[in-house]
Amino acid sequence: MDAIVRQVAPPAGATCYHCGLPVTDAAAPAHAAPEGVRRFCCVGCEAVSLFIHGAGLDDYYRLRSEKAPRPDAAASSRDTVALYDEPAILARFATRRADGTMEADLIVEGMTCAACAWLVEHAIERVPGVAGAHVNFATRRARVRWREDDARASAIFACVMDCGCKAWPFEAGRLALVEEAERRSMLRRFLVAALGMMQVMMYAAPAYLAGEGEITADVASLMRWAGLLLTVPVIAYSAAPFFRNAWQDLRARRLGVDVPVCLGLAAAFTASVFSTLRGSGAVYFDSVTMFVFFVTGARYLERAGLERAGRSLQRLAALVPSAARRMHAGGEEVVSAAQLRPGDRVLVRAGESVPADGLLASTHATVSEALLSGESAPLERRCGERVLGGSLNCGDAFIVRVTHAGADTVLSTLRRMMELAAAARAPWVEAAQKASGVFVVVILAVSALAALAWLAVDPSRALWVAISVLIVTCPCALSLATPAAMSAATGALARRNVVVTKVRAIEALAGATDFVFDKTGTLTLGRPRLVETVALGHSTSGRALAMAAALGADSPHPLDQAIRDAAHGLHWPVASLARRTAGRGIEALVAGRRCRLGSVEFCRDLNGIEPPAIDTRHAHSIAWLADEQGWIAALHIADALRPGAGEAMESLRALGISLHLLSGDDARVAARAAERLGIANMQGGATPAGKQAYVRGLQARGARVAMVGDGINDAPVLAQADVSVAMGGGADLAQVRADAVLASDSLEDLVRAVRIARKARAVVRENLAWALAYNLAVIPLAVAGQVTPLAAAIAMSASSLLVVANALRIR
Amino acid sequence: MDILFLLIPLSLALAAVIGIAVWYAVGAGQFDDLERPAVEIIADDDTPC
Repeated sequence: MDAIVRQVAPPAGATCYHCGLPVTDAAAPAHAAPEGVRRFCCVGCEAVSLFIHGAGLDDYYRLRSEKAPRPDAAASSRDTVALYDEPAILARFATRRADGTMEADLIVEGMTCAACAWLVEHAIERVPGVAGAHVNFATRRARVRWREDDARASAIFACVMDCGCKAWPFEAGRLALVEEAERRSMLRRFLVAALGMMQVMMYAAPAYLAGEGEITADVASLMRWAGLLLTVPVIAYSAAPFFRNAWQDLRARRLGVDVPVCLGLAAAFTASVFSTLRGSGAVYFDSVTMFVFFVTGARYLERAGLERAGRSLQRLAALVPSAARRMHAGGEEVVSAAQLRPGDRVLVRAGESVPADGLLASTHATVSEALLSGESAPLERRCGERVLGGSLNCGDAFIVRVTHAGADTVLSTLRRMMELAAAARAPWVEAAQKASGVFVVVILAVSALAALAWLAVDPSRALWVAISVLIVTCPCALSLATPAAMSAATGALARRNVVVTKVRAIEALAGATDFVFDKTGTLTLGRPRLVETVALGHSTSGRALAMAAALGADSPHPLDQAIRDAAHGLHWPVASLARRTAGRGIEALVAGRRCRLGSVEFCRDLNGIEPPAIDTRHAHSIAWLADEQGWIAALHIADALRPGAGEAMESLRALGISLHLLSGDDARVAARAAERLGIANMQGGATPAGKQAYVRGLQARGARVAMVGDGINDAPVLAQADVSVAMGGGADLAQVRADAVLASDSLEDLVRAVRIARKARAVVRENLAWALAYNLAVIPLAVAGQVTPLAAAIAMSASSLLVVANALRIR
Repeated sequence: MDILFLLIPLSLALAAVIGIAVWYAVGAGQFDDLERPAVEIIADDDTPC
């Protein structure tokens, strides 16, 4: 991989050696390698691959089963890596071990197969000063130990980035240990119950199968004792959490579902022990162990499913210090945003976000407040005007004098609003708990009545009947019905890039009658795109576009970026002596002519001719292109609709859902988007509080509202809605509060999610109906004393298997 | 049938052994990551993991 092959057009069908995307550009990087030419789609892939080769880890390409994701060149995140070396921040995620080395847990994102985990681990181990590393692919975490004198934490983070992945410190290292211990103990409890169940069944089966007198009394007694011996660990260890939960419920004077479970288990076990000691009467050890096996299994599956789904979101729990460049007499220093005080002067470079609220100290700035207000167009700010923390610098670097930092910023106020809305939702959850309490009371009442009735008829059978009613009314089928379907649905959703953070989101998504969408960043891409180039002079629109792209070739302004994206693949002329006038445009020499790209006034100043009238209906903003002789073109730029948004809206309407559009953007722009998507209910220029009120109004009219949003300004309304969905590329804060996240950013996945949720709801209903029918059929028999242990065992397993099989239909 | 007096205690002992083995395997983290070890073993690398 030494000789570099350049400027050779790639053969048709060439793909990137690293990420597998097609390579078409002749200028794409390529390297000669023993097996042929390795081509790369971009410099990002090239850099990662060179790093892997340089570290001697080429094996990765042989081992991997999935192509690597394309690394995004997030240059600014590399800068913040230095913050991890700050003692105050380092202390929050790293611990000093007894032998003097430092240890920390990292969240690694971007690993697609087990080979990536292998690659990251070996790459970290090659960082000088690292004493040891272990990457767990299942949890996407890395545990790293390093000697503080030889290595710095930032070098480890940078190394993971070199591998094409992203890394965050996992702050709650201690929490991770607790989590791990919990998962292991759940698995142990389940496996112990499984082992006990299988073996106890072996001892119980002969009694069912053998005819009268075929088993001698001493062998029967031996098998009972063996069953008892194996049931003891199942009850005392595997079922211990149920008893603990039931005890806590009783102490809090409420009836949870664990109460009848424990009552039935305890009664059946105690009675079976007495039968064993007496040497006569029925034993229910097989039913007891099987019951514990199913319930522990259901809970383990439920937890594993949720963990798997939540893993892609765990970076939100990570400590991501937002960096700030504080200016002082000697220059600038990188500090964490939390350390800023009013009066500090902060430098914000192009593409960085503003760390705190303040007043602009430079003459001019272009910022985007899309995340804060939903306003998608970049805003121009002049010296002395207010700049909000969390807004993005779309233009040149500028300096801000901080007025509010930390908890006083507008961003923090939004956060508090959101917490209030989330707290107001709690009563709904309580209602669900009350309902299950009623169910438990009914079960207890039925078994008590059965016992009383039998005391009058035949006192010797009263206890057995009560136990069989308790066991039969709380069977595995009923306890598995919902978790099995939810676990299957969570998995099915995750395969379609929808990450569910709260299980009840599935139910709420299925029942939603109204979908409320934010515009910017949700229905639209949230960044400007060139819609149309109108040629005004003799030039063609293609030539004009290429010329405009050449003028703005080095500009960080989002409009120039949009023009460059649109002009990709065209032959650009050479622009020289480019000069930018902040807030107005760019002037440069193209083929000896003086040309200007920018606002209408800026261009008119060059040629002194009035601009021609053009149709501006579809444009958000217009960039004009002119030379000294006249006008060349008008480039219409708008926040383009997300691909597939129209089809997705159509499908949602077909599912019988009413659609609403709420936007913080200009009412005119929002109305146009609503019209194009066929959304009838629309409100533009909405504030976060206004959006929240709108949703509350819908709810007051009985609607079940699902909110889809992406920005921080959506967070309060996300919390207000019955179920909230955040776009994966949106602000972290919105994702934390959302019940589900669209990781793919594709609205079609949202439609699929609604279909899966409805299917899951149907399956849950079928399962509950089946379990209920089973109970209704079996309770009278049990109350009548007609249920034999064999019948109970077979009916129980059959109904459980049926419920699980039904849940597996959700795909 | 007398053989059961030997076989049943034997099965109990066997169950206990399996139980202890499972206990140890879970505690040693053998169920923590079910995908990576498969790759580890075919990598040309002698460093112990």
